[in-house]
Amino acid sequence: MSSSCRRPEHMAPPEVFYNEEELGTNDCAGFTHTGLSRMIEIQTQMSARAVELLSLPEDQPCYLLDVGCGSGLSGDYLSEEGYYWVGVDISTAMLDVALDREVDGDLVLGDMGQGMPFRPGTFDGCISISALQWLCNADKRSHSPPKRLYTFFSSLYSSLARGARAVFQIYPENSEQLELITAQAMRAGFTGGMVVDYPNSSKAKKFFLCLFAGVSGVLPKGLGSETVDRNVPNQVQFTGQRSRFKNMKGKSVKKSKDWILEKKERQRRQGKYVSQCFSERFVV
Amino acid sequence: MIQNSGRSGCLNTEGEVHATEVKVNEVEFNPQFVSRMIPKLEWSALIQAAEGVGHRQDLPDTLVSNYENDEDFLHKVHRVLLEVEVIEGSLQCPESGREFPISKGVPNMLLNEDES
Repeated sequence: MSSSCRRPEHMAPPEVFYNEEELGTNDCAGFTHTGLSRMIEIQTQMSARAVELLSLPEDQPCYLLDVGCGSGLSGDYLSEEGYYWVGVDISTAMLDVALDREVDGDLVLGDMGQGMPFRPGTFDGCISISALQWLCNADKRSHSPPKRLYTFFSSLYSSLARGARAVFQIYPENSEQLELITAQAMRAGFTGGMVVDYPNSSKAKKFFLCLFAGVSGVLPKGLGSETVDRNVPNQVQFTGQRSRFKNMKGKSVKKSKDWILEKKERQRRQGKYVSQCFSERFVV
Repeated sequence: MIQNSGRSGCLNTEGEVHATEVKVNEVEFNPQFVSRMIPKLEWSALIQAAEGVGHRQDLPDTLVSNYENDEDFLHKVHRVLLEVEVIEGSLQCPESGREFPISKGVPNMLLNEDES
């Protein structure tokens, strides 16, 4: 999205935002026709990059899950590459567009936050383009974002084959949101981290959350890393390990300088130093 | 929670499949893909569902061994997995009895507030 775009998840829940009135001739409310072509191009590029980050075995017809598949833009790319796929989306209107467009994948009307209704070990990989942020807002009073995120990630983990990956293209709003997401993903058993493409370009910068199910993988490098400034990381790796303090006695007094330093070091080990890097860089 | 794995995945569910409208599409046969999908299936559930929608044809009761090299068998599985599509109908969760409607080939898995 260009920097002039509003964040749709702040306007309404996804099924309201992507409804028939809004869709009309556009896939996304508020876009001009040329803007729409550009958006399609960007979506396709992001889908391609997400699939690349999946590191699927070559020459194998893989079965993939597309979370938040919408009208099937990313799904079309998957089909073109010879993959079989299932798309889940909460918007009937968007899925109707996908049906009209006669996408090859199978469509399911479902809410990510209620869990993925698939048999264990079904999918060889999962991609999701610009959808995860919808889970971070409580659209209904009864919604608890952390609970919905956990329900989503744990059911997703189960539905993936061992060694499969899930790649989420997201526009993080702030570091708290990123921490919320990664914490629940880790709780669900995933390892992995963020891959940032073109970290120095506010226009081209893209974030991909890469999660590994069952085996630890090597986090791919972000694009545009040749010109990366030392202080701007293009990867943030987190592990599923909690750091345990062997010696419970002799811990620093809370809030003392030592305690603060220890906490920072702990957070750094857990990959939470995201916040110091991303503070001003969320203009999208 | 119903567990299925796609289209024809409606036929790979742990629950009962009811269909009022079924369509058979023509889908390019990819034996490698079908072979890879078979271990992920619950065979008896597949048979039951295929029977339920009237498309069991001559699928065997139990999975044959060495199916990777049996093209005839793979063709039969391909048909039921990728070509037979429930357009209108429902999936029934075996535990709760809850029915999930299928419309235009799309299962509606949305839970109500009190269910989630």
